[in-house]
Amino acid sequence: MPEQKNIIIYTTPVCPWCHRAKEYLSSKGFSYTDYDVASDKEKAKEMIQKSGQMAVPVIVIGEEIIVGFNQTRIDELLAK
Amino acid sequence: MYDLIIIGGGPAGMAAAVYAARKRLDTLLTANDIGGQMNWTTGIENYMGYQFIEGSDLIEKFEAQVNHFPVDQKIGQKVARITKIDSGFEVVSESGNKFQSKAVLLATGKRPRRLNVPGETELTGHGVSYCAVCDGPIFAGQKVAVIGGGNSALEAALDMVRIAEHVELVSATPLTGDTVLIEKLSNAKNLRTFLGHQTEEILGKDLVEGIVIKDLRTGEHKKLDATGVFIEIGLVPNSDMVRSLIKLNQFGEVPVNCSCETEIPGLFAAGDVTTVPEKQIVIAAGEGAKAALQAHRYLQRLAR
Repeated sequence: MPEQKNIIIYTTPVCPWCHRAKEYLSSKGFSYTDYDVASDKEKAKEMIQKSGQMAVPVIVIGEEIIVGFNQTRIDELLAK
Repeated sequence: MYDLIIIGGGPAGMAAAVYAARKRLDTLLTANDIGGQMNWTTGIENYMGYQFIEGSDLIEKFEAQVNHFPVDQKIGQKVARITKIDSGFEVVSESGNKFQSKAVLLATGKRPRRLNVPGETELTGHGVSYCAVCDGPIFAGQKVAVIGGGNSALEAALDMVRIAEHVELVSATPLTGDTVLIEKLSNAKNLRTFLGHQTEEILGKDLVEGIVIKDLRTGEHKKLDATGVFIEIGLVPNSDMVRSLIKLNQFGEVPVNCSCETEIPGLFAAGDVTTVPEKQIVIAAGEGAKAALQAHRYLQRLAR
């Protein structure tokens, strides 16, 4: 089995979409690093710089960035 | 050809999928996403069986129940249109995929209403948000604006007065939300309210810098500084795909009778996209179940 791509997810604590995205990754057996941008200002800045977005969740898979919980796109990127 | 295509993955669509599968209908469930508006909801205290449950947790329980049954699923696909064909209906996705069925159940729900002002589309995700509960914390210590006067807007404003440095609440109408929310907001020191003001433009190049509002009484324009703009001005039905097929009501909702039938035999509708009064998860789920059972009866009549 090939090594899993590095996954980072930027979230806020009560955001339902963020929760759903994390649950989805877990259910597929993927591990990820979760940054809470509500409490971590540096990571919030990093997320905005990387994605140009001020919206969560932002999911980074390898070099690719997904804004929002886009299940189809997550599947595509993790299938490669 | 399927017996039934259910369009929509919210409570109405998912309940319908379970009922259709239990009636052994050959069913396709197609949806933009699983959960629908429940994805925008945090604590739920009025869905029977749970004194309290998070929206995302309830979605997972619904989803697990649907997955228990043999229902084909196409999630992440937007339906562009539904057309009538001799043997039933054809459902065409935006990417051009075509599916055919004897009956269709529209359970597409509602989406946040847009202001339709300059800057809104360009700056969505760059400071313009329709989900204060999601994106609010990113604007901690900043100046933000909340647009709207109903419960969603007041709840967003209440969240933001705790997080942001300053909140501008802009409503074209008087505040229509619950008195208890209005009272809570009246204690906030960092809130300024503009009633009878229409939002005319969202300013900013790469990120939001402010908004332009107009006093509807005097016609005077004002510019307010804000890095975040939360738009909470209600919902619109996702009924565009049947616009050429049936006559919608003045709000764009799909008219149905108490059997979830539309004016076209074989085309059923359930939940928030319809004219059924009260938009609630428990009601949408019930309507979805009822529509699936009615679709089953319709298919039985067809087969005779």
